[in-house]
Formats: sequence, structure tokens, C-alpha cells
Amino acid sequence: MRFKDVFSIIGPSMTGPSSSHTAGAARLGRIARQWLGCTPDRARLTLYGSFADTYQGHGTDLALIGGLLDYVTDDPRIPDAEQYAEEAGMEVEFYTSGLPAPHPNTVKIELWHEERACSLIGASIGGGSVSVHSMNDFRVQISGEFPTLVLRHADKAGVLASVTSTISSSGVNIGYMQVDRKARDGEALTAMEMDGVPNPDMLKRLKELDHVLDIRVIDLKRGVDSDAI
Amino acid sequence: MRFKHLHELNTICTAESKTIAQLMIEEQVQETNTPEADVVKQMSEYYQVMKEAVRKGLTEDTTSRSGLTGGDGKRMAEYIRKGETCSGDASALAMAYALCVSEVNASMGRIVATPTAGSCGIIPGVFISSQERFGWTDEHLVNGLFCAGAIGYVIANNSFISGAEGGCQAEVGSAIGMAAGAMVELRGGTPEQVVHAVGLALKNTLGLICDPVAGLVEIPCIVRNGLGAVTALAAADMALAGVRSAIPSDEVIDVMLEVGSAMPSRHRETAQGGLAQTPTGRKMMQKLAKPKAKRAEPEQESKPEDSDTITSGTDNAQVHTDPQA
Repeated sequence: MRFKDVFSIIGPSMTGPSSSHTAGAARLGRIARQWLGCTPDRARLTLYGSFADTYQGHGTDLALIGGLLDYVTDDPRIPDAEQYAEEAGMEVEFYTSGLPAPHPNTVKIELWHEERACSLIGASIGGGSVSVHSMNDFRVQISGEFPTLVLRHADKAGVLASVTSTISSSGVNIGYMQVDRKARDGEALTAMEMDGVPNPDMLKRLKELDHVLDIRVIDLKRGVDSDAI
Repeated sequence: MRFKHLHELNTICTAESKTIAQLMIEEQVQETNTPEADVVKQMSEYYQVMKEAVRKGLTEDTTSRSGLTGGDGKRMAEYIRKGETCSGDASALAMAYALCVSEVNASMGRIVATPTAGSCGIIPGVFISSQERFGWTDEHLVNGLFCAGAIGYVIANNSFISGAEGGCQAEVGSAIGMAAGAMVELRGGTPEQVVHAVGLALKNTLGLICDPVAGLVEIPCIVRNGLGAVTALAAADMALAGVRSAIPSDEVIDVMLEVGSAMPSRHRETAQGGLAQTPTGRKMMQKLAKPKAKRAEPEQESKPEDSDTITSGTDNAQVHTDPQA
């Protein structure tokens, strides 16, 4: 199901004027920020399809910047997000692309903070709901509706077994999971939508597992800057 | 959720003697493992946001950032006070409130997407005007929102709810169907009548294109919200009178998917067709034109064979530069 519950239809409470162009864009920005783990120094946003055609009139640029600043969809600061980004020392560049995209409202977000960098491609699929298709070039399919654990790890036999058994011993159910790898024995990425919020102990144990390189939590209900993980 | 189609909603509710709202609340509790009180509280908060948007539209300046729209909700409310409406005061008030909420949206104020922001005026317009008229409690209207949500859930998962995907029929049309069905339940209609109201309403929005002038959610969106509220009331009346949708409502939803998929992209929120490309629409767009963002670098744009190009398949969406590289 693309739309999972009643609040993906009625809601979100948001700053106008367009749920796809503002609420969905703010959520995509926030997911990207949580994927990076902190406020970026620099952001490069490439817009596709209807996003590219009409983003200025809709305030899509302001909503994306708002999301990168960790604003929720109805944050009254969104209309002035450019100014707040400047105050936060965040440099933002917008590009448009005519390439065909997976969805008419698609954005590629690339972020940098000191030595750290990340990228994602996501689409705003209507009513403020979003779908992230790719993270750092790995295929994923996450909605942001659930707390989501994203693991970068080595493509080795047994890694996923130890990851899932660690999660199950914490009593949290995995609702959706996707694994993708760059090459056999290369780097892999696993994204898991969870029914519960990952607790600090579970994250610590996951981090200590062999071949796990990095963990991020994406949770739009709680803003997560995961430097602490 | 135990339902994916409207006929299943009707069957389950009828068999278990429940309203659609009750079923939706139960399903939401089960699906998200959230206590019922929290689920209801969330929806109550949304209803208060809707009421606040109506109030704001009636009392404050709603001129949009573009300057193209604003103040029509107030104009309608003043006109109703003269007592000479053509469509009747109940319709006119629903229309006035719907215009108010849509204008607040266009001015980047706070609204609730129902199901989208472009269609955010219809449900509050119908609900809040009817609450005043019939003296209903907020709790009753919050139940109505769950009923509307169940209908929207079916439409969204079988067809679409965004103008960019399916045209304005998907956006304003879905909101009209949701409001019409919910209104039937609020007035004490049966689940079956609710389902017919959805079909009756949706049939009359098929083919509605999404053609926002200058790409803004203003012209014709605001007016379509006002008129959409009236259509929802009318469809609810038909269903409550016993009129049935001869084509089953689930099939109408499938047709919306067919029609929306067949629409050219210029009629799906790109501002490249319809009212947006009339001489006046083009003039408005030129007047508002701002400096464009740079195009992505040519070397990134011109590598169709390269594996790291965005493609239209859902499987292989990839970025073409990796900042980590």
C-alpha cells in the first residue's frame, strides 16, 4: 500500500500551499538531514519533473531548506527558511534537470558537513507522503512513516542474521527491509522500517557487530541528529 | 487495514453494525499500535487547525505571496449576509469557508492536507458550515474526519490523490468524494449510502485537469475548492435521498486511475496547459517570473547510456554523483 494509514490521508498539518511541494518536500529535506546526522554546511538540490517546473511559486525550495533545518511540516519559519539557513551557515544551491525521474515530484539531495557527505533521491507522492528511492546510490524504498534504521555494512555472509537477531532480542518488529550492495563483497546498505523506536542499547549493540560501518536512525516523529550513535 | 475497496468497507461495517468512522479508528489503532485516545486526539487537533484556518480566512488578510488571489472567502461571507444567494445559504456558506481555507493555504498559512493542500478547503468548508447549521459537537465532526479518511485511503491506494499524478480529479475530486461520503455518515446515512455518495461525486469530477496558473495553488484551485464543497453537499443529498451510483463506486475509482494515467503531462500540474496557458494565464506567469535555478551541469545531463542516470523505472533510481566518491 502506498498510503499506509488514516493520517497519510487526513494530514499533515502544514504550511501551504501544496502538500506535494511543501509538506512532502519538507519531509524529504528532514529525512536527508537525519541521514547526514546533523545540520549540513552545504546542500545541493536538483529538482525533476513538476518540482523543477513549479518549485518557486510553490515554495518547494523554502520547504526543502526548512526540512534541512529540521523543521516539521507546519513550522511557521518555513516561509523565511532562506534567511534561517543563512543564519545557520548553510549554503544551498538549487539545480533543475530535464532528465526523466521515477516520479513527477522528485528531488536529489546532496549534503556535506565537514568530512561527511550523503545523498538521496526521493519523491513526494501526494498529500505530504514521500518515498525515498535511493540513498548514497543504494536502492531503498522507505516512506518516513515509521522509525527507520539505515545500516551501512560490508556485504558478508551472516551480517544480516546478526543484525536481525540483535533487533529481535530488543523486542522490536521489522515491518519492511531492503538490502542493496554496490558489488559482491563490497559495501552494502540495509534499510529497515520498524514498528517501534530503536532504543540506545540496541543501537550500541548493532554498532559493535562485525562489518557494520555506520548506523543512522530516521524518525520524522522525533527529530534525530544521530551523532551520538 | 482490513479493507482496500469501498465495497469491503460497506460489507464489514454492515456485518459488524459499525459506522465507517468506528471501523477506521479501530483499524488505525491496530495498524499503528497506538492507543485509541491518541489517535482521536491527533484527529481532534487537525479539526482545530481547520477551524482556525476558516477563522483566519474570514478575519485576516489572505492576499497570497504572488498577490494574485485573496479575500474571496470574505466577499462570499458578506454576500451571504444580504440573504440573496442563488444556491442557498447552506451551499454558499460551505463555499465561503472552503474559499477561506484555500486562501490561507495560498498565503502559506497553516492548514491540514485533506487529502492534499490543493484540496484543503473542501472538507473544512463542508464540515464547519454543517456543524454550525446542525449544532453538532466537535466529536461528531472528528468521527466524520475518520470516515473521510477511510474513503481517501481507498481512493489513494487504488488510484491517486495528487494533481501531479492524476490531474485535479485526483485532488479536488478525491476531496469532494471524501466530503460527500462523510457528510452522509454525519447525517446518519448507512455505509452503503456513503459508498454511493463517493461514486456520485467522483463521476462528476472525472477528466478534471490540473492546470495551475503560473504553477501556483491559486487559480483555479481556490475557486475549485469553493465549488467542490457545494458538489460534495449535493452528492450527499442525492445519496441520502436514495440515489445510487449505477456504476459501482470502486469501478469509478478505477476509471479515475485510467483517465488520470491517460492525461498528458501538460494537464498534470506542470502549468504547461489548460488555464495556465491562456493568454491571461501566460501574462500572469511572465509577470511573476523569477530568476531560474541553474540547470544541472551538461556533462551530467547528457549521459543517457551511463548507468548512473535517473531513469523512469522505479527499480533503478540513482543519483549520478556521489558526494562520498
